[in-house]
Amino acid sequence: MTIDLGRGLMLRNPVMTASGTFGYGEEYTDFVDLAKLGGIIVKGTTLHPREGNPYPRMAETPSGMLNCVGLQNKGVQYFIDSIYPRIKDFDTNVLLNLSGSTLEDYVTGAEMVDVLDKIPAIELNVSCPNVKQGGMAFGVTTAGISQVVSEVRKVYHKHLMVKLSPNVTNIAEIALAAEASGADSVSLINTLMGMAIDAEKRKPKLSVITGGLSGACVKPVALRMVWQVAKAVKIPVVGLGGISNATDAVEFMLAGASAIEIGTANFIDPAVSAKVADGMKAYCERHGFEKVADLTGALDS
Amino acid sequence: MKQITDFILVEKNDYGRSVLLRLRSDRALPEIQPGQFVQVRVDGSPSTYLRRPISIHDVDFQHNEIALLVQQVGEGTKHLAVAETGDVINMVLPLGNGFSIPEKGEKCLLVGGGIGIAPLFYFAKVLVENDIRPTLLLGGKTKSDIIRLADYQQLGDTFVTTEDGSLGEKGFVTMHSLWQKEVFDKIYVCGPKPMMKAVAKLAAEKNVWCEVSLENLMACGLGACLCCVEDTVDGHMCVCKEGPVFNTRRLKW
Ligand SMILES: Cc1cc2nc3c(=O)[nH]c(=O)nc-3n(C[C@H](O)[C@H](O)[C@H](O)COP(=O)(O)OP(=O)(O)OC[C@H]3O[C@@H](n4cnc5c(N)ncnc54)[C@H](O)[C@@H]3O)c2cc1C
Ligand SMILES: Cc1cc2nc3c(=O)[nH]c(=O)nc-3n(C[C@H](O)[C@H](O)[C@H](O)COP(=O)(O)O)c2cc1C
Ligand code: FES
Repeated sequence: MTIDLGRGLMLRNPVMTASGTFGYGEEYTDFVDLAKLGGIIVKGTTLHPREGNPYPRMAETPSGMLNCVGLQNKGVQYFIDSIYPRIKDFDTNVLLNLSGSTLEDYVTGAEMVDVLDKIPAIELNVSCPNVKQGGMAFGVTTAGISQVVSEVRKVYHKHLMVKLSPNVTNIAEIALAAEASGADSVSLINTLMGMAIDAEKRKPKLSVITGGLSGACVKPVALRMVWQVAKAVKIPVVGLGGISNATDAVEFMLAGASAIEIGTANFIDPAVSAKVADGMKAYCERHGFEKVADLTGALDS
Repeated sequence: MKQITDFILVEKNDYGRSVLLRLRSDRALPEIQPGQFVQVRVDGSPSTYLRRPISIHDVDFQHNEIALLVQQVGEGTKHLAVAETGDVINMVLPLGNGFSIPEKGEKCLLVGGGIGIAPLFYFAKVLVENDIRPTLLLGGKTKSDIIRLADYQQLGDTFVTTEDGSLGEKGFVTMHSLWQKEVFDKIYVCGPKPMMKAVAKLAAEKNVWCEVSLENLMACGLGACLCCVEDTVDGHMCVCKEGPVFNTRRLKW
């Protein structure tokens, strides 16, 4: 079941948990044996602490939800001093999701994380739609992504995964720019920009009016984007967006993903991630795939 | 330790807008503090995607039973209300931090508004087990909102207000004559936010310690998504994990 994503990032199986939906892993240890996962990607972290957006930060939508959490976190230094010591010995890969609003923030943050022994990779979040300068500015143009990825690449020596925004016209182009600038892999998709209105009150449901859509409803869009990106780039693609069970996960692999992440589904079934890992294994056995990695791109089209 | 468990609905009582659900599990129940809640998965309701947070209304450890008092406000709660005995209902529990247990000899007032009376039942029961007889003040819009009054009366002196005066004193809980007559060491409140704020204000004026149970919109219920935050003196805190019970001195509302 192992997956080699390159530059030292080896996963026990293709299943990781998506940033912002699994806390720091600790919140889920009553439900999931973390040793059953390929990795966990912890909450989006910025160089400086952020209070995030005001409440309300979520709205349920048909088969999904909108959120505008706005990267609430206590900053990279706090992560290093107070959180890292608690989670570094988890029996799985712990990846940090790094966000920023300026180029310097990303570079300084990446430098600080580079020395953490037990963090084998960062997922560079250049796609948060929920803060004015959540890095999405970097993630929606090829020039922006080339700049941030190449600068971070200079200071970060481990696996650099770049998380792409779906809020673009041509995601393959953005992925190619990330690859050319030194990304070891790309993960997609982050949330789709959306909005919800309370008609009775004639008010937006979210404090900052717009938010990011996630959950089962985004799966077809995510699947299509993973397929497009996987055809375009040579580096591994990590697929996510609406994965709720092992069949969904297999579909992403068939579309070209080398690994997958589970996000919003953790809220509905806190034990889903381990179940997906088991289910993918069962699928491989049932269909005669010796290695789960053989599923990648095995779409019969 | 938290668990995800299939419960079987063993008994259902209708109270108009609300239903009382008694649910039994095959597994031993975890330790449960009064004021903690469950996240219920609402099966078969296509428009209900996320779990719904519901307070633990009562616990029977001997029979592995939990009771929930659910008020129908939208699709999810309406769906729960039409569940039939024998149906399986999946819950994650126990979540959050409960009410703080007072010292022996302290005089406690438990104030509930609307469906906010739900967690006060188990809380009052635990207090009685700890040799503390609480005073209860239950408020509603009308008589039918005051559910299980006789059962609450078993647990402590119980007073009622209704906005239309159909039961107890007319008006809001903060207007009850009890406030003129009695002095309390601790006040615990659960109900709509404006009502909790009003009681908190009254408590602050009297310089009485006060805890409230908040009902912010939730997604994960586990402290992972940071959707349910409340503004406190220590910054944004997750109601699902740091709460739902907060001392009012910590809240910036
Ligand atoms: C810790 C906690 C404990 C709770 N305990 C109980 C309980 O014991 N019994 C009970 O009946 N309910 C309780 N609630 C409230 C309950 O979770 C909501 O009523 C329920 O989620 C509504 O789901 P729905 O699908 O029926 O309505 P929806 O269709 O989701 O919503 C209907 C309407 O109610 C509003 N609404 C929904 N949830 C909330 C909320 N949490 N706060 C304010 N407005 C809301 C929506 O904005 C909408 O206008 C509790 C909530 C929390 C956070
Ligand atoms: C509440 C919430 C918070 C999130 N926070 C982050 C974050 O901090 N950083 C990030 O890169 N993505 C964040 N995301 C996006 C998810 O990691 C994921 O890309 C997205 O939800 C799509 O996957 P899903 O449909 O499986 O949830 C968040 C999503 C949700 C629902
Ligand atoms: S509901 Fe997710 S943190 Fe509280």
